[in-house]
Amino acid sequence: MRLLTTAILLTAALALAACNNPRSGTSDTDSWGSAGNGIGSTALGDPNDPNSIAYFNQTVGDRVHFTVDQSGLSPEGMATLRQQAVWLNQNPHFAILIEGHADERGTREYNVALGARRANSVQEYLVQQGIGASRIRTVSYGKERPVEACAAQRCWDLNRRAVTVVSR
Amino acid sequence: MTALTTKHPFALIVALTALFLSAVSALAQSNSPLRIEITEGVIEPVPYAIPDFVPENTAGQQYAASIARVVASNLSGTGLLREIPASAHVGRVSSFDSPVQFSDWRAINAQALITGAVAVNGQSITVKFRLFDVVSGQQLGDGLQLDGRTDNWRRMAHRVSDAVYTRLTGESGYFDSRVVFIAESGSRENRRKQVAIMDQDGENVQFITDGAALAFAPRFSPTGDRILFTSYETGFPRITLMDVATRSRQMIGDQPGTMTFAPRFSPDGQSVVYSLSVGGSTNLFLLNLASGQRYQLTDTGAIDTAPSFSPNGQSVVFESDREGTSQLYIMDISTGDTRRISHGQGRYSTPVWSPRGDLIAFTKSSSGRFHIGVMRTDGSNERLLTSSYLDEGPTWAPNGRVIMFTREQAGGDAGLYSVDITGRNLRRVPTPGAASDPSWSPLLP
Repeated sequence: MRLLTTAILLTAALALAACNNPRSGTSDTDSWGSAGNGIGSTALGDPNDPNSIAYFNQTVGDRVHFTVDQSGLSPEGMATLRQQAVWLNQNPHFAILIEGHADERGTREYNVALGARRANSVQEYLVQQGIGASRIRTVSYGKERPVEACAAQRCWDLNRRAVTVVSR
Repeated sequence: MTALTTKHPFALIVALTALFLSAVSALAQSNSPLRIEITEGVIEPVPYAIPDFVPENTAGQQYAASIARVVASNLSGTGLLREIPASAHVGRVSSFDSPVQFSDWRAINAQALITGAVAVNGQSITVKFRLFDVVSGQQLGDGLQLDGRTDNWRRMAHRVSDAVYTRLTGESGYFDSRVVFIAESGSRENRRKQVAIMDQDGENVQFITDGAALAFAPRFSPTGDRILFTSYETGFPRITLMDVATRSRQMIGDQPGTMTFAPRFSPDGQSVVYSLSVGGSTNLFLLNLASGQRYQLTDTGAIDTAPSFSPNGQSVVFESDREGTSQLYIMDISTGDTRRISHGQGRYSTPVWSPRGDLIAFTKSSSGRFHIGVMRTDGSNERLLTSSYLDEGPTWAPNGRVIMFTREQAGGDAGLYSVDITGRNLRRVPTPGAASDPSWSPLLP
């Protein structure tokens, strides 16, 4: 009984983690809403399995953050990306989509371009770390998909990010 | 339209024109930026009366009052006119062709009077109206008759409004027009965004997309028959071109491995200028819709986006961070010559060229606030019209006198607002729910 409760909690935690990243997908549904993009959904797996997507998202770290209007990587961001590169080199059958995001304190079009610039700086860094460019695609969501929406610095800091979404 | 009678008294039109000019010149004299005093120099709206239109047959009764109400809503909504409510009227209009008893309208201090009549036969509706200068006791311009279908009765009311507005101000109208926008719903973290079209007063909302894919920034073509918007239907931002009547759609400007967004039509409707992001750079491209020929307009490694054509089609105004922060630039398309026009403090974005060609409307962010502003095309006479937590994305009314934009309150939903280019008359535009990214159509044909 106790084991079952733990399992339920773990599942709930995974679901919550997935909520931060609606496009990584926990179900069989293709959240892209289109068959033409070649990206399907993938089971997250056991977070204790170092080759699972859940492990990548939670332990390796799937995201880096940026300062206002900037796309340069922080030392912490580079450390995270180096760990991502190690994982990706150990799991060569996974492809990645890098999502660039912006906070809400800018206009819509500029933020799409800024998110593209952020995704690109992550891509360039991962390529430098030996990840094949053919495994990487980038997309920008601008300010359209905040992690958390609030009119405060805390949310803006969370939302200026690039998220590495792993899929098979 | 059919002329019923012709007279040319000018007292009222002169008074209103003087009012307009004094408002504009008062602002033109204040060169200092950050003038957001919407209440500055409050003008006294001209009082007018618009009794229910006279039903000329039984079927006309259904529309007689409604049409007058729509006209009154339009006119009072300009902030230039103030309706005297029917409860204060002492005179009655029982027949469209009876002589007006001006003393009745002078008694309640009306300066303008609008009378009308409605007749309905099957699906056909006939609307007539006259405009009177109460002070001089004369008719202002010709009486007009409009014929149409009953399901277009609101458009006929907008046509009457445009005619009255033009006679009183000397400016072309903007009421018989539509707005394409984004209807928003759902949580702010996973927003559902649908392209929708409505009349400029918020009526007759039609949803154009189902919201399955994120969409933003729709734009009308110069004739209002097509729209452009950016959609994530493929998982990546791509430009969609849609025919409004048939809803047929196609993706344009597509190049593998790139993102395309921020499209706008050229004034002849034959080309689209847009942004393309690849390798972290965002540049401007021009696509000829008929030939598919694509021209790269900028190549700077910076973010060049939010392009908007001049009305003569020769130039594009856009935003770029090529010199650090986002500023506004104008490029001559044939020569490529580019000059920066914004020079104030803060970041400038989403420039839109006025249909008159004289002004650029823009979004400015400065000291943590967002503003809608206007400047001349050489960057002079910058005036900020609004200020809030987040104002963005201006669009011009067809006559270049009113600007609609998105306002998002801190932590709240986005909505549509309009403001006069003098900075007066800030109003919420009614929408069915949260809304953003308005784009105003031209006057309907």
